[in-house]
Amino acid sequence: MTAPDVPVSVLVVGASAAGLSTAESLRRKGYRGLLTILGAEDELPYDRPPLSKQMLSGAWEPERTQLRPAAALSELDAEFILGDAAVGLDTRASTVRTASGRTVGSDAIVIATGVRPRTLPGADEVAGVHVLRTLHDALALRAELLESDRLVVIGEGVLGAEIAATARTLGLDVTMVGPMAAPMIGPLGPAVATVLGELHTENGVHCRLGISVTGLTSDARGRVAGVCLDTGEELPADIVVVAIGATPATDWLDGSGLTLDNGVVCDSRCRAAEEIYAVGDVARFHHEQLGTLIRLENRTNATEQAAAVADNILCADRPYSPIPYFWTDQFDAKIQVHGTVPIGAEAEIVDGDPGARRFLTRYSLNGQVTGIVGWNMPKQTRLHRQEIVDAPALVVP
Amino acid sequence: MNVTIYEDKCVACGQCVAAAPDIFDQRDEDGIVVLLNANPPAEQEQDVREAAAVCPALAIVVEE
Repeated sequence: MTAPDVPVSVLVVGASAAGLSTAESLRRKGYRGLLTILGAEDELPYDRPPLSKQMLSGAWEPERTQLRPAAALSELDAEFILGDAAVGLDTRASTVRTASGRTVGSDAIVIATGVRPRTLPGADEVAGVHVLRTLHDALALRAELLESDRLVVIGEGVLGAEIAATARTLGLDVTMVGPMAAPMIGPLGPAVATVLGELHTENGVHCRLGISVTGLTSDARGRVAGVCLDTGEELPADIVVVAIGATPATDWLDGSGLTLDNGVVCDSRCRAAEEIYAVGDVARFHHEQLGTLIRLENRTNATEQAAAVADNILCADRPYSPIPYFWTDQFDAKIQVHGTVPIGAEAEIVDGDPGARRFLTRYSLNGQVTGIVGWNMPKQTRLHRQEIVDAPALVVP
Repeated sequence: MNVTIYEDKCVACGQCVAAAPDIFDQRDEDGIVVLLNANPPAEQEQDVREAAAVCPALAIVVEE
């Protein structure tokens, strides 16, 4: 690339799916400049979706979560600095400071630092209480699950539901607790979420939904003994997972001058400031079709947005207006969601039969298709995605 | 170009089909990837590289 505005160096801060995908996209699109990838974790880039499924169940060894083999990483011709977290950004000097005291300068900087799990107040003092974000977390959780009988999962979102399902297939007594009426009601919509709750119950998960957790109890050795509910009950537990959502990892950007508001705020080109971009779970970007800022926390966005960021670093000036997509696998259900399910959207079953646990639901708001949710109908789900593509632009006031 | 698919990694999202519909399809019963042509013609190569790049399960490997 010889265009004058293409940066001579790019620093990607974050070495997970979004960061690595940005680096790969740049190279694939012909970028020949310097490329540095800075990661807080020690491991080579790895994939997170298997951490709550195949890795936790033991179906896969940890090595299988690696995103690329070492040979493919070296072909990137990038310098990898791993195990060294970014602690500060100087936008004027265009440098990033790291935990070890290193200062890395670069023409263009891509922020891909992801999210960190929210924790329950007071939970750090209690042994046997887990969160799940990293490979390290997954290995620790798996080790303890294999020695435990009763798991309580606090949180009924995608991560909580997946962990509940995996632990149940490992044979534990599992209870899932959460304030919403059904698991994953936000991303799946009430109609499909209800079926998911039934699936869990049929498989022996105790669903205590519409209930909040007020605290934890522990035994004399400081290990968790129970989970207190707002009903006044205490659920006995040998092990607890807290899966109550995540917050964008933007503390390190305090004082940098970037707008931080539930993520790094960006324009529709994923640009946070001149020559500074954000990508993946941490990025809150302006979606031109939806007419609002959104932050997507899913695996496909990491790669799709990375391609847009790479294009824009290479001066394409193209807006990023994705139709969000995510999937979840729980028990024998493969659920896939294209688009969004806004509150108040109407559900219509357009193929298959929920009773047969093979069906496709179309969600619409004001007569316009917003989301398609497929349950064990992957091919048909992909084909119906076109309805969202064809829907007139949905403007959210 | 030589393309290899890993069915056991595939999550059946169909993004590869969207990127390169002449090279990839999905099985009817479970949506797992089907490789239609392991040696794509030259004019399809860029689409195939795109498909391998967008696959969220890293189930497609391309050898140039």
